[in-house]
Amino acid sequence: MMAKNSLFAALALSVLATAPAAHAADPVKIGFITTLSTPAGYLGADQRDAFLLAMGEEGGKLGGVPVELVVEDDGLKPASGKQAADRMLQSGIKLFSGITFSNVLGAVAPGVLAADAFYVSTNAGPSTFAGKECNKNYFVASYQNDAFHSAGGQAANELGYKKVVLLAPNYQAGRDALEGFKRTFKGTVEAEIYTKLDQNDFSVEMARIRSLAPDAVYQFHPGGAGITFVKQYNNAGLSKTVPLLMPGFSLDTRMIEATGNAGDRAYLTGIWSPETDTPASKAFVAAFRKAYNRTPTLYAQQAYDAAKLIGSGLKAVNGDLTKADAFRAALKKADFKSIRGDFKFGNNNHPIQNYYLMQLQRSEGGAGPLVPVVVRQVLKDDQDVYAKACAL
Amino acid sequence: MLLIFEQLLNGLQYGAMLFMLAAGLTLIFGIMGVINLMHGSFYMVGAYCGAFAIIQTGSFLAGVLCALLGAGLYGLLVEVTIIRKLYQRDHLYQVLATFGMILFTNQAMTLIFGRTPPMVEIPAILSGSVPLGGGLEYPIMRLALIVVGAVVAVGLWYLVTRTRVGMLVRAGADDREMVDALGIDIRKLYTAVFGFGAVLCGLAGVMAAPLLAVEIGMGERILITTFVVIVIGGVGSVRGALVGALLVGMVDSMGRAFLPQLLQLVFTPTIADALGAGLVSASIYVLMAIVLIVRPKGLLPARG
Amino acid sequence: MRQRIAFGGLFLLLVAVPIAQWLNYPFAVSFLTRFAIYALAAVSLDLVLGYGALVSFGHAMFFALGGYVVGISAFHVTDAEPLFGWLGSNSALIVWPIAMLACGVLGALVGMLALRTSGVQFIMITLAFGQMVYFLLVSLQAYGGDDGLLMKRPNTIPGLNLANPTVMYYVCVTALVVWTAFCMRLVDSHFGMVLRALRQSERRAINLGVAPHSHRLLAFIISAMGTGLAGVLWANYALLVTPDMASWAKSGEFMAVVILGGVGTLLGPIAGALVFTGLEGVMSALTEHWMLFVGPILVLVAVYGRSGLLGALLKERHV
Repeated sequence: MMAKNSLFAALALSVLATAPAAHAADPVKIGFITTLSTPAGYLGADQRDAFLLAMGEEGGKLGGVPVELVVEDDGLKPASGKQAADRMLQSGIKLFSGITFSNVLGAVAPGVLAADAFYVSTNAGPSTFAGKECNKNYFVASYQNDAFHSAGGQAANELGYKKVVLLAPNYQAGRDALEGFKRTFKGTVEAEIYTKLDQNDFSVEMARIRSLAPDAVYQFHPGGAGITFVKQYNNAGLSKTVPLLMPGFSLDTRMIEATGNAGDRAYLTGIWSPETDTPASKAFVAAFRKAYNRTPTLYAQQAYDAAKLIGSGLKAVNGDLTKADAFRAALKKADFKSIRGDFKFGNNNHPIQNYYLMQLQRSEGGAGPLVPVVVRQVLKDDQDVYAKACAL
Repeated sequence: MLLIFEQLLNGLQYGAMLFMLAAGLTLIFGIMGVINLMHGSFYMVGAYCGAFAIIQTGSFLAGVLCALLGAGLYGLLVEVTIIRKLYQRDHLYQVLATFGMILFTNQAMTLIFGRTPPMVEIPAILSGSVPLGGGLEYPIMRLALIVVGAVVAVGLWYLVTRTRVGMLVRAGADDREMVDALGIDIRKLYTAVFGFGAVLCGLAGVMAAPLLAVEIGMGERILITTFVVIVIGGVGSVRGALVGALLVGMVDSMGRAFLPQLLQLVFTPTIADALGAGLVSASIYVLMAIVLIVRPKGLLPARG
Repeated sequence: MRQRIAFGGLFLLLVAVPIAQWLNYPFAVSFLTRFAIYALAAVSLDLVLGYGALVSFGHAMFFALGGYVVGISAFHVTDAEPLFGWLGSNSALIVWPIAMLACGVLGALVGMLALRTSGVQFIMITLAFGQMVYFLLVSLQAYGGDDGLLMKRPNTIPGLNLANPTVMYYVCVTALVVWTAFCMRLVDSHFGMVLRALRQSERRAINLGVAPHSHRLLAFIISAMGTGLAGVLWANYALLVTPDMASWAKSGEFMAVVILGGVGTLLGPIAGALVFTGLEGVMSALTEHWMLFVGPILVLVAVYGRSGLLGALLKERHV
């Protein structure tokens, strides 16, 4: 929808007949397709802004190579994402990133990879491309969907929950989420409830949870839907009786602000939080706050890492993406400092990393805002289960 | 049992909201013969104006005021500039013009309010839940929506059956020429009804704002359901709109609660929930198709 | 006049791609293909809208069904087990007729029920059936549900490589030209005369011994098949079919294209499609907020442009 230099403009004017020729000094273009509209739009905005922050710190470069970010909104529609990608491929872009939602990625990735272009994921890590269908040009700098939620299942065990109700939207990442949770969870799953990705009224789900009366609820709803969910959960009086255990996406920094007190004492799992106590993380949070006047979400962290990863690859080939083998090898080395801590790639180009259990608590001795406080590490150097099926 | 009761309330709440939208639409449809696809846009405009005012002032009352005003004024503007020219035209052109206005309104709202949907807090006095016995706690905000819906229904009943304007409206729905013959300025009546319909949309929008997501496209999603309501109820009939709204609300909420569970006896949860959701969403259209085939004028049509 | 416009248009369709390539606009082929597909759907819709005077607000269901038949057949070839013992197919010569047949059957079904009503009720009941198809597609988890189905490659036609954008374009243009010619023959035939007579005065036509129901139904079925063919081509062009293809907004778009070009002219909707997709292309390149301008343009057409772009030129009536 917002191809800035689409040729249609030129077609309309029909004046200039020459297409811009590739030039050695031209910056490397990165196609950044992400979700900027819909209630989940801030997820994409945070990724874009963090990516731009990483570029800005080097004065418009990554790994010393000038880069240009071509951003397009997919509106959370696989078809729009695919159209944007096709347009970008036609204009000669060879490196893609930014997709927030697994279903959009599912429509975009095959075309990008078939054109021998690269994809570096800043968020989505669906099971579909982690196992048999893994690809040498496809890198995930964030997490593999199932693995993230396996940490949730493990956390539920350690918290002593015996009966849980699971909720997730019925799309790739949602199905992956519940699969991942069930893989490690040892108690009984009272019900698996699938919602719609664009759902914004959860009254029916609340009624079912109430009638099932489980020990805890594990729910995965990223973006605006998650805000609505937590608010409605609190409003239905359920937070008094049934505790919430969630992946970090279901109550990210922005959502904590938007839900007020509703998330107090809720449990979260994840790879990073703004409270993560490493120098790199603290510097990132401070820089992001300074640049955008808000606290970064986990999506921002992932995108920042992805930008650094891309930088490490570009540096190795000096920005020449035609040296695909060298670029690929450099990416695989993951020779960058991740702000989440330890990070390396498995054989399937998905991360091997640690997962933590956190609890939302009032900071500053009970007077400050809610922040996620790490309770303990639940998984160490965890690799997703699909890696075995990948032939790379 | 608890689930059934809670779902009855949820159905009632959904029905109340649909009624607020359907009442205006059915009058516009019935009296002026205009298919107004942008009715849902007024709902969205109301929600955005309300949300904006609530965030700026922190007062829900200001939000309600702003929503009614915003949706109402936009409605009047649209009626005077566009709809007025389409009264005597084929439905085809009404559909196209109002379809174009949906595109315009959506984009204008994006431009004015940005792409990130505003977050609206439930006002303090309406937040939280009340115990209704048997361990059921029901959100006060949803109860408030049911109450507002009931008040609107009673108010409309009074307006339509007991006042002079209401008499004209009924006469207009029955026989347009007759009202003309009475020497009434029909144009003013039309403008008033159209604006009033938009105001009701604004009310529904601001009431929904704290409960649902305020976003671009929220209007279209509910618009089509609203059409189903008035076609089932009978075009032009406020009574029909009420019956249709409650019927659709109940079918939807009961289906949503029980259909996936029933299907889970046969299918896996991923398939059952998707199939259930699809069947529930389709069920109201099946209902409408059946009503149209059996009673082409709807259950309680305005014209005898 | 009509003939001159038809041949002029045909000439433009054929030379558009070489000109675009000469001017070095690689996007143009993709844009022109999209236009040809929209035009095909619009011509088909015009058959019922303009000649049958039946305002169908659910025609996107045929567009989607055509696309899904292609998508599902391809899916069973590449990804899944046989469907009722059928291995699926990628051959256009097999799949495309099946898709059109399926659309014809759905058209017959919907038409039989919907034609019991008229006027506003007809608009609403076609909308209802369109929405049913939409939600049915959403609930088909096996075929991607909300996300739709991705195709690995386009269908195969012996001697033609549809993966080549230029070839794809000429296939779409051929389909458009053949179908439009067929429709023009149709409306000039006895069948078309009856339709027009029914549109002008149903009572008089019935008095002359015409069966209104069967004529309208046949027009509806043919229109459904043409729209289905457009869906088939779309699936091959986009290599992705989604439930959105059946959404009421898509039906609205098709309707807008027909009215833009001129209702009841057949050639008009082709011009309408060119202007509509062109507006979309040019405006979206100029500004992200292109809907802000397209919306009011549609309103202006509805309020003032009574006979559409080519309506006056083609001297056909408008509704």
